[in-house]
Amino acid sequence: MTQTRNLIDEKGIRTDGRTGDELRKIKIEVGVVKNADGSAYIEFGNNKIIVAVYGPREVHPKHMALPDRCVLRCRYHMSPFSTDTRKNPAPSRREVEISKVIREALEPALMLEDYPRAAIDVFVEVLQADGGSRCAGITAASVALADAGINMRDIVTACAAGKVDERIVLDINDTEDKEGGADMPVAYLPHLNQITLLQLDGSLSSEQFNECLDKALNGCKSIYEIQRLALMKKYFGSESEEIREEQ
Amino acid sequence: MQEIKRKYVIPGDKIIEGNFRPLMNVMKTGNSVVATRIGIAEAGRDGIKVIPLSGVYIPRVNDIVIGKITDHSSLSWEVDINSCFSAHLPAQDIFGRDFSPARDDMNRQLATGDLITARIVAFDRTRDPMLTVQDKDLGKIPRGELLKISATRVPRLIGKRGSMIQTIEQATQTRIMIGQNGIIVVTGKRLDGIQLAIRAIKMVEEEAHMSNLTQRIKTLLNVSDGSQTDIQVNQLPENQKDSNLKVEESESEMEIGQ
Repeated sequence: MTQTRNLIDEKGIRTDGRTGDELRKIKIEVGVVKNADGSAYIEFGNNKIIVAVYGPREVHPKHMALPDRCVLRCRYHMSPFSTDTRKNPAPSRREVEISKVIREALEPALMLEDYPRAAIDVFVEVLQADGGSRCAGITAASVALADAGINMRDIVTACAAGKVDERIVLDINDTEDKEGGADMPVAYLPHLNQITLLQLDGSLSSEQFNECLDKALNGCKSIYEIQRLALMKKYFGSESEEIREEQ
Repeated sequence: MQEIKRKYVIPGDKIIEGNFRPLMNVMKTGNSVVATRIGIAEAGRDGIKVIPLSGVYIPRVNDIVIGKITDHSSLSWEVDINSCFSAHLPAQDIFGRDFSPARDDMNRQLATGDLITARIVAFDRTRDPMLTVQDKDLGKIPRGELLKISATRVPRLIGKRGSMIQTIEQATQTRIMIGQNGIIVVTGKRLDGIQLAIRAIKMVEEEAHMSNLTQRIKTLLNVSDGSQTDIQVNQLPENQKDSNLKVEESESEMEIGQ
């Protein structure tokens, strides 16, 4: 990771015009895949990701079923057209690893013991990638899981922070990831105040690490509000706070 | 117990603080009750629950379900009940206790692809659901239009004491069988009546959480009554209309099985 140019100018503005504490523009839409039990579409800056959740459903092959809880299976996949040069659609080492970390980030939020001998499948399809796609994927996946009506302890929200030009900034984009000093994706359960994913690529001093973690958690909290709004909008329309059910 | 206002929740939302009994789709964390699904939180005399607005069907004992025979072994049929567990209907349930796999041909009673209405007699974490058809109005479904809705919409489709479904049945002159698993069979003498009923059911599914649904369903049925040949429904002599209503009311109460 050799730095070739300044990623933050003298006014503290980053390559994409953001300040150090600013998130990229986030848009979440719920229920976009009709065939799935739950789904979500997220635009996280230039990232565009669709997540579809199926289940709880029968496990195939049957020997994979667990007698006491549900099997959670995740597949993170980048479309061949998601990057500037064609990406081979076969699962790469990176995709296999991200599938695993997404699964492990979501698992603590799900009450898998409620659905023994069943399976939940989460498909994360990256349509356009721009750095931080695992965080965007986790964020959308947890909204899709909630949309699928699966029992959850909390919504998972994810955001990265990192080091660029020796400064700690929130929500690293692709250029900053490639040319910056460190990238730290964090997934977080806002109500339970627990971290379910913490990765770090690069090097940080312990002060920098603490600052980076704080920034990432603050970012997660802001993203949670967007997730919440998206779910409320889908299910309760604009009048989310008052009840007018006849039932 | 203190009454709380019904409120909209998503997983992780705190519903109330204090020593309340968690009933359905909620969990206790410390001193508070937290929602685990998207839905409407309600506090009653017996505890706190969340009425879910999405999710697949999870079987419960005594639910009336509509299922499709997918296979049979020498002792039981396998039934797809639109859930993550496939159900079993023991052959003895139909043939009686002296059932003999060598003598009795299971295919003659229920073949693969047949639809049945059944009640779940046993289901727990360790076993697949077990069905029975030995009850009034249960058994093979000979004909009808099949459609699926989300299982969470079923109570809405039935309405308070069957009000919604009765409205649809009466306006379209159809008979609607609803399984708790979200599978519905519509039968009737007239094609346009059946089509209208299906449209109304789909509307209930799509707009289940919105207010004034009963009124909008009535509008849909009335509007269509005017434009389609259903006009004849309204033109039935008064006495004939009444007799029809009575029959349907009694039938729908039996088949709802909520």
